[in-house]
Amino acid sequence: MGKISGNREKKAINVRSLGKSYGKLKAVDSVSFSIEEGEIFGLLGPNGAGKTTLISMLVTMRKPSSGSAEVNGFDVAGQPGAVRKSIGIVFQDPSLDEELTAIENLEMHAALYGVPGAERKGRIGGVLKLVGLEKNSKMQVKKFSGGMKRRLEIARGLVHHPRILFLDEPTLGLDPQTRAGIWEHIRELNKREGITIILTTHYMDEADSVCGKVAIIDHGRIIASGAPAQLKDELGGDIISIKCSASEKCVDGLRKLKWVKSAVRHNGFISVRVQKGEEKIPKILFLMEKNGVSVESVSLRKPSLDDVFLHYTGRTIREEEAKPLEAMRLRRKARTGRK
Amino acid sequence: MNREIEGIYALWKREIIRFYRSKSRVIGSLGMPFFFLAILGTGLNNVFSVPSGGNYLQFIAPGIVAMVLMFGSIFAGVIVLMDRQFGFLKETLVAPISRLSVVLGKALGGATTAVMQGAIIMGIAVLLGAEMQLGGMLLVLPFMFLVSLMFVSLGIAIASMLEDMHGFQLIVNFLLMPMFFLSGALFPLSSAPEFLRIASFLDPLTYGVNGLRFLLLGHSDIGFFACLAVISFFTAVFVSLAIFLFNRIEE
Repeated sequence: MGKISGNREKKAINVRSLGKSYGKLKAVDSVSFSIEEGEIFGLLGPNGAGKTTLISMLVTMRKPSSGSAEVNGFDVAGQPGAVRKSIGIVFQDPSLDEELTAIENLEMHAALYGVPGAERKGRIGGVLKLVGLEKNSKMQVKKFSGGMKRRLEIARGLVHHPRILFLDEPTLGLDPQTRAGIWEHIRELNKREGITIILTTHYMDEADSVCGKVAIIDHGRIIASGAPAQLKDELGGDIISIKCSASEKCVDGLRKLKWVKSAVRHNGFISVRVQKGEEKIPKILFLMEKNGVSVESVSLRKPSLDDVFLHYTGRTIREEEAKPLEAMRLRRKARTGRK
Repeated sequence: MNREIEGIYALWKREIIRFYRSKSRVIGSLGMPFFFLAILGTGLNNVFSVPSGGNYLQFIAPGIVAMVLMFGSIFAGVIVLMDRQFGFLKETLVAPISRLSVVLGKALGGATTAVMQGAIIMGIAVLLGAEMQLGGMLLVLPFMFLVSLMFVSLGIAIASMLEDMHGFQLIVNFLLMPMFFLSGALFPLSSAPEFLRIASFLDPLTYGVNGLRFLLLGHSDIGFFACLAVISFFTAVFVSLAIFLFNRIEE
């Protein structure tokens, strides 16, 4: 009946040339992207890349310096109240009141978000069950383990039935088993409730398995985006990882070869991107031996999101991790630049 | 509007629950005023004659209650800093209620807990032998609440400007202690030298001490209504300042 209302799908989030600068530092530099409803979208990047600043603007914690963004159809600058009501947030750093019990934290959240009094009890019971904390509901949060606190925070983010859930590094600092559990909850939530999820992480393999779409962000800009499989396919071929003496010289030599798509040095390894890797290994080894380079190890694999990141930035995400000082300096800069 | 009130209530309740849970903090904060009363009060009882009559313990009791209100309130306000350090502040900052409501919820909650502490120390003073008149009692609690509200707001304003707890000791030693000593809690202003008297007129606590002294003992250096007027003025200024500074917090 009537006219078809158009073929554009409704966007959960729509970001247009959004930017945030602190003095000369551009923490987020004119970023544009959109997220479909019901999607799990991952923002990937090293510390200090601008992920958290970007999220902070989307959840109306910080005011954009330029550009605009809509969340659930509400403008983040013009309608912050409506945006806040329609989203749930789990911050990178813990934000629970540790003196209160789990249930008291959730009750306060429900009151702050205007959940009708009659519905509170049912909803709180529901979210506690969802994250498997129903037995610990009367425990003070300071007695919780790191994983339990995270789960409680996710539960809290859901009490007011948001249409979008923001998760900033939901698994940071947790052990692998707990991490797997958290991702399981997130996937379940998305599937069962149809909630759009936007998350940041620097665990690339986890992002790969959870996210329907990812954007890689570095120095405040999105340098690649798409489905993880698509990004890896775009890279194409295989990755040969070599550990050898004189890696600098080797990289230069490898780059000159016609069949080498790219060669990058990182953490003492060389990553070489080629087609039909299994056939190229003997060739590379032969060349290295001829040039008097001793090879310690060689491995062959399909590209991962780590390789995608390496391809676009020339660094691995772990190398970035190794430079906490730089990240700290950046953060400090951002903070003093605020005033 | 309804939601704002519910938010304020939720934040108020949080302060009460935290107060109730942190018994050691409460007992710790009542230690110093208790010793002021029990040792200084009784020790100086016989050497110190109060011009307006009555003994020394009785004279300082309202001042010590006012001190408890000030310390308790400022500390409650500075909890904003701890909230920031432990991350909870973010939860309130992104909630869909106005910053005004956040400040009000915290201020009302903090003032309530300060009044509870003040009431405890008042009871202790009576037990130690300070005689207080019952006539003013009806007004005492509301007046104590107003004094507390003034100082909580000051605390929130200070906390909104600081980055962490490091500066707190500075505030205790260079703001709270002078304010306490200048307030006339321990000696009558009428017999103090001119320059001290002038300084104490600038001290908001002076009006808290004198107001309470009037309500509890029936006499004071400054009239009750003058105290009420000045305290209301300071409260309005500090509440506005707290709201303004709290509004500026990003993150």
